[in-house]
Amino acid sequence: MVHTFVALGCPIALDVNSGAVHVLDQMTYDVLHQVEGMEALPETCPEEVKTSLPYDGAEVDEVWSELKELQAAGLLFAKEDYINPDWAVLKNAPVKALCLNVAHDCNLRCKYCFASTGDFGTGRKIMPFETAKQAIDFVIERSGKRRNIEVDFFGGEPLMAWDTVVKTVEYARSVEKEHNKNFRFTITTNGMLLNQEKMDYINREMKNCVLSLDGRKEVNDDHRPTAGGKGSYNVIVPKYQQLVAERGEQEYYVRGTYTKKHPDFAADVMHMATDLGFRNVSVEPATGKPGDPLAITEAELDAVKAEYDKLAAELVDKPEINFFHFFVDLQQGPCVVKRVRGCGAGSEYVAITPEGDIYPCHQFVGNDKFKMGNVHDGSFDTKISDTFAGLNIYTKPACQNCWAKFYCSGGCAAGGYNINGDLKEPAFVACELERKRLECAIAIKAIRSGMAD
Amino acid sequence: MKHIKTLNDATLKKSACSGGCGECQTSCQSACKTSCTVANQQCENQK
Ligand code: SF4
Ligand code: SF4
Repeated sequence: MVHTFVALGCPIALDVNSGAVHVLDQMTYDVLHQVEGMEALPETCPEEVKTSLPYDGAEVDEVWSELKELQAAGLLFAKEDYINPDWAVLKNAPVKALCLNVAHDCNLRCKYCFASTGDFGTGRKIMPFETAKQAIDFVIERSGKRRNIEVDFFGGEPLMAWDTVVKTVEYARSVEKEHNKNFRFTITTNGMLLNQEKMDYINREMKNCVLSLDGRKEVNDDHRPTAGGKGSYNVIVPKYQQLVAERGEQEYYVRGTYTKKHPDFAADVMHMATDLGFRNVSVEPATGKPGDPLAITEAELDAVKAEYDKLAAELVDKPEINFFHFFVDLQQGPCVVKRVRGCGAGSEYVAITPEGDIYPCHQFVGNDKFKMGNVHDGSFDTKISDTFAGLNIYTKPACQNCWAKFYCSGGCAAGGYNINGDLKEPAFVACELERKRLECAIAIKAIRSGMAD
Repeated sequence: MKHIKTLNDATLKKSACSGGCGECQTSCQSACKTSCTVANQQCENQK
């Protein structure tokens, strides 16, 4: 499978199955674009392709022979047969990542919140340490030989359960060596409760932290008011700047959401990256069921894609700014085995509520149909695990023929379920944006490499 | 080549031989976390 596209004015071909990427001249792009749907290139360029193009026949033949050379080298129209679809199935996979919803409560009232302003529609609650401890024991027991264990403190707003966060980290650290585990903690916060003590702790103990901010003050404050209706920007921005300054080289992301109401996110990213000095920035579309007033839908798709183009053009000569979705490691990314597996929800990864209930991931929390068990009584329904283990690019019809499948690995099952009512049918808008961002990311690479004009 | 410059070779295919240790990060794609495109993650063995 070959995908040709033009991004940032640069004609590019991605050979999906081999992972090869080629920068083309316009004539080569025009030729390859017409035949990219073929299984393999025929000996000579089809006459109808030649006659449809405004180029000299001898020149097209020259292009054709270069394309054939790449095909012979396994860099174009490579076959998928080296991949065993069984790699994609995570049967009896060890659990190696937890989303700990330590607080089903929040001190902001973000208008697009998927968690119903923090409580997931199930009442405001803080996770007691005893539950978190059971969750740590659960993952130690269920992780088998896997050494690296991820625990993400999530919510709601996890700083509202600070005591539980600290005790959980301490407990996990106290037992990790004897079990030959290496815990990696991350936290996602809205910043309201950050103070020096918490910043020091986060910078010492958390491998990554995600700091929520939606960009320009007027956008952030419209999206992210406090419970009392005030804006949050002036409170959180100085705290984030301090935390990041004190964090050194460790990972962090300032992460925003863009909506139907404020879809011009390129300006928000540039505000965060240049005016505020945050080098690692990520933004995501608001999602929601059809009819959601803020969710990005097909109607906004063209405008939103144009924003990615605009942002790519801004960032191409600013390699010091790391926009999450424009980062793609073509050389040393994850192995193909990892790429054919899905997100791991319900098998490698589960979410745990303040009550200790286990769900396939944070997005299913509160939906009884998906409740898998509870850490207090040790119950864990592996039937649900098996359903999720079977969700991957070979079982999702839309993914099988998608050129982005080895970069996306099948999208978000919850997103598909929420929008289409089907775990196996990815959300079209999310897919279109995934593909758009990848095209931009690859084009940025090509231009930075000096290969494109 | 006159018309084509190869930016990246068959890295995906090459990774099949050494892959599958499972030590890498999980890859939630949801927008409410910061969705990882798997391709923007790292391999634990190449750090
Ligand atoms: S972009 Fe959509 S169709 Fe393509 S692999 Fe991802 S989820 Fe599947
Ligand atoms: S189903 Fe979606 S939200 Fe849940 S872990 Fe997978 S990608 Fe993330």
